[in-house]
Amino acid sequence: MSTQNRFPYRAAVTGLVLLGLSGCAGKNGVATDPWEGYNRAMFAFNETVDRALIKPVAKGYEWLLPAPVNTIITNFFDNIGDVLVAANNLFQGKVREAGSDLGRVALNSTLGIGGLVDVATDMGFDKHDEDFGQTFGHWGIADGPYFVLPFLGPSTVRDAFGQLADWQADPLTYVNPDAVHYSLVGVRLIDNRADLLPSEKMLEAGAIDRYSYLRDAYLQHRRYVVYDGRPPRDEEDE
Amino acid sequence: MNRLLCLVITLLLAAPAWAAQPVSPEDQIRSLSDEVIAIIHADQALQTTGDTSSAIAQIDQQVLQPHFNFKHMTALSMGREWRKATPEQQQLLIQEFKTLLVRTYSNALTIYKDPTVELKPARYKPSDTDVQIRTKVIQTGIKPVDIDYNLELIDNSWQVYDVVVAGVSLVTNYRNFFAKEVRKGGVEGAIKSLQDKNRNQEK
Repeated sequence: MSTQNRFPYRAAVTGLVLLGLSGCAGKNGVATDPWEGYNRAMFAFNETVDRALIKPVAKGYEWLLPAPVNTIITNFFDNIGDVLVAANNLFQGKVREAGSDLGRVALNSTLGIGGLVDVATDMGFDKHDEDFGQTFGHWGIADGPYFVLPFLGPSTVRDAFGQLADWQADPLTYVNPDAVHYSLVGVRLIDNRADLLPSEKMLEAGAIDRYSYLRDAYLQHRRYVVYDGRPPRDEEDE
Repeated sequence: MNRLLCLVITLLLAAPAWAAQPVSPEDQIRSLSDEVIAIIHADQALQTTGDTSSAIAQIDQQVLQPHFNFKHMTALSMGREWRKATPEQQQLLIQEFKTLLVRTYSNALTIYKDPTVELKPARYKPSDTDVQIRTKVIQTGIKPVDIDYNLELIDNSWQVYDVVVAGVSLVTNYRNFFAKEVRKGGVEGAIKSLQDKNRNQEK
């Protein structure tokens, strides 16, 4: 896959501006979901692929690797990811957090042996969660409609653009040769999927309609992380 | 001996004054979390085979029943539809919703075998009767999870009326579900869906 592809910047910027003018994916946590027909179909497709391919591999991965090894692999990818987190914090004007994130990368890459051990958290540098979707949200760009992506799962129009930007900025995208690139991306995918297996238990236990449960949880969670854990309280209706 | 008796009587009379001071919401959540951790640690089935059923039953009895206000949680999730339900239906809704919530909450916690719970500093005024206590559940090998509790002061005790896991509020999530269900099949339809789900999960 060539990384020299022409990223449709003009289309992306136009799309984002339009989003800035449009409404949110929901009010007071109640999703509006104008593309529900398409979303449900894509969700069903993703679930089938997941059940048939990804989840079994993730479960096998989790079964095969003892927790410490799983942790090491997660740490390795998280460390690379922290560079992006730092950049996004910077784009959001959160300079102190960006500095802390860079501190994490420095500490974990050296003392943490190439990112395998997360020494930074124990030293007081908390791991932050930032991506381009959140940055766009911080800049005031609305979610846009809920939008289920093929294979990648729940998203919104804004977050989909965010993922495109994340992909462009991701150091792993630029790894050559292709074989190594695909292997790394593959392992990261399975590692992330394995990390989600516990949350899935909760979904299984509580969801009566898996599609809407996941949609509402996704939209709420995104609002939560855009506001870094302190979303403004909506008016109570009781 | 007389003096001792006097002292005892004074203490007994003073006791109601102590009882008038409610346990603070943080202490409530701290002890709630500690109890859950203790149950998880002590449960042999969970620690060896990962079977969570007995741990969940204990968490239900010892932690959730005394501290969670399921009536209010159900009413909040039903929103405007709550008033449409008869008292009998309301009772049924509370019962079924409680079963579902207990299972969901317990499933979230019993994925851990050796958790620690950190309370984040709470900010509220002494006169507040509605506060949020934020915690972080940590377990080696898994990313830490934020679990926040919304509590209200009723009859001098703090009761949980919503649990927020990683920013996802249980009450808000189910509000959408109930709105849709009642629109589709009325309150009876909503009760039936809950019952079917609960029965399915018991298998």
